[in-house]
Amino acid sequence: MKVVAKRPEALTDVRLTYCPGCLHGVAHRIIAESVDELGIKERTIGIAPVGCAVFAYRFFACDMVQVPHGRAPAVATGMRRARPGAIVFTYQGDGDLAAIGTAETVHSANRNENISVFFINNAVYGMTGGQMAPTTLPGMRATTSPYGRDVSDTGFPMRVCEMLATLEMPNYIERVSLLSPKEIVKAKKAVKKALKYTMEGRGFSFVEMISTCPTNWGLDPVSSREWARENMLPVFPPGLFKDRSAGAKPGAEKE
Amino acid sequence: MGEKILMKGNEAVAEAAIRAGCRHYFAYPITPQNELVEYMAKRMPKVNGTFLQAESELAAINMVLGAAACGVRAMTSSSSPGISLKQEGISYIAACRLPAVIVNVTRGGPGLGNIAPMMCDYFQATRGGGHGDYYTPVLCPSTVQEFADHAPLAFEIAERYLTPVLILADGLLGQMMEPVEFPEKTPVPKDQSDWCVGPWEGKRTSHHVINSLFIVPEDLEEKTRILFEVYEEIKKNEIRYETYNMESNPSLVVAAAGTAARVTKSAIDELKAEGIEVGLVRPITLWPFPSEAVAKAASGAKKMLVIELNMGQMVEDIRLAVSGACPVEFAGKAGGVVFTPEDIAALIKEKM
Ligand SMILES: Cc1ncc(C[n+]2csc(CCOP(=O)(O)OP(=O)(O)O)c2C)c(N)n1
Ligand code: SF4
Repeated sequence: MKVVAKRPEALTDVRLTYCPGCLHGVAHRIIAESVDELGIKERTIGIAPVGCAVFAYRFFACDMVQVPHGRAPAVATGMRRARPGAIVFTYQGDGDLAAIGTAETVHSANRNENISVFFINNAVYGMTGGQMAPTTLPGMRATTSPYGRDVSDTGFPMRVCEMLATLEMPNYIERVSLLSPKEIVKAKKAVKKALKYTMEGRGFSFVEMISTCPTNWGLDPVSSREWARENMLPVFPPGLFKDRSAGAKPGAEKE
Repeated sequence: MGEKILMKGNEAVAEAAIRAGCRHYFAYPITPQNELVEYMAKRMPKVNGTFLQAESELAAINMVLGAAACGVRAMTSSSSPGISLKQEGISYIAACRLPAVIVNVTRGGPGLGNIAPMMCDYFQATRGGGHGDYYTPVLCPSTVQEFADHAPLAFEIAERYLTPVLILADGLLGQMMEPVEFPEKTPVPKDQSDWCVGPWEGKRTSHHVINSLFIVPEDLEEKTRILFEVYEEIKKNEIRYETYNMESNPSLVVAAAGTAARVTKSAIDELKAEGIEVGLVRPITLWPFPSEAVAKAASGAKKMLVIELNMGQMVEDIRLAVSGACPVEFAGKAGGVVFTPEDIAALIKEKM
């Protein structure tokens, strides 16, 4: 008998506890598949954030560390300097990465730390019950923007890829979306490329994934994806923002 | 033992940490401990170590968390306001049972306070400091030599019990120059491979998880129970203190730590020359606190006088330890104003 589909080795047997239709599960799967395909499970350290993905430490079958809210890139910095041979990735939501942890995000990118940062943008604080995030859209309702986000009062959604792309040092920055099978295939390519760059010591890799939060948006799984396509993609257009080592030989770029 | 080198406390503790095998140091500048950061910046590259100036104290302590999770000797240092920022990270490090060393060269507070040598972080240091039910062992040196000696000791305790260890020195000790002798031997590294993370490629059968989240109350209760069993072990084995002139059966005993204790010793010598006998008990570990030693010192005394460079923090632990066996009085100075030996001698005469 030929196995045509199976759970990636880099995921444990624990059942994912994300809400039905939540795309955190998809993001987990494409990371795990990439780890498997690159054969790096026993060299990889994953960092779980505070947010819905706090339980990522239960789901990934590589070494995992759960860390304080927003500090994953700092922890990753310590790890990769202690163990240069480790492939270190962080997995962070928009509150974690773009609000409380903005400084760690920007500075690890600026130092071009040899890590992969996976950023799940669902425009809301999922775990704590749907509060406004730095990426909440203009006019979008959240429990702490009950009348819709007023940009004159709380600012415009932060475009992290664009911000980081202004820095000189980061190696690879791409925004992808998880809203359809076709887009997921593309997202997986980006994830795998990020991890490959980390393996090769190319520096900072950053992949933002446009995701959904059906529970806190009050939508079913299918309409949440449609809503994200209509509303999030215009504000957060997918694209490649930086790929400094594209085409270059591994190790060719020495800082 | 090697030769004696004249060094500032901040530099001595940095050099001692490197000699103790620390090769990963992360920090953010703050006075009065900048010499420590700068010393590490200079020395670490020479010994193939990591020095990294972090973007904040929050980042620095979490870099330590990351390095410690990989099983290497990692350290950070700061001064009072910066240590406040590190507290969330220290709480996680304690909860995750990671070994790490944190140096606090304290300054005056609260708020931005000043850079004078106040010892006003005693409560923060000895009560865990961050959120949650935990403690960190606290070493409190009173000479530059002792400050240096505490670096290897801190790593030893950190690795033996898998806990963050704090060295609490006041700004005076950080800035003061004294001759130091560095011990030749470094603490033997403990094998951390049964819990740490990092490339394992076939060397174990399963991945490792480092985590402090325990959603089920009974699970967190069990974790906390284990943590407190470790604390009992630490209390059994690691309490350190010094007594001075206690063999003279003094009727008045001073309790003081750090710089306050050092100045008190000079006062005791002066008084001895005048024929007045006064004793001193100096806690070296502020947690675990040498309660029994303090109680013993109090048992033969008519009075205990607690001298601190703050408005009265350690005095609470002294009162608990003395437990009414004799009256306990307090004298303190705030703002970074330091007692002279003459001040203390006069104070003692007044209290006798
Ligand atoms: C220091 C600290 N502040 C606040 C919280 C509470 N908190 C937990 S998760 C979270 C927001 C998470 O949102 P996001 O990062 O967008 O991830 P999501 O849950 O949407 O995946 C907050 C504010 C915390 N745990 N720690
Ligand atoms: S709350 Fe939102 S982000 Fe969190 S698991 Fe549920 S759907 Fe996903």
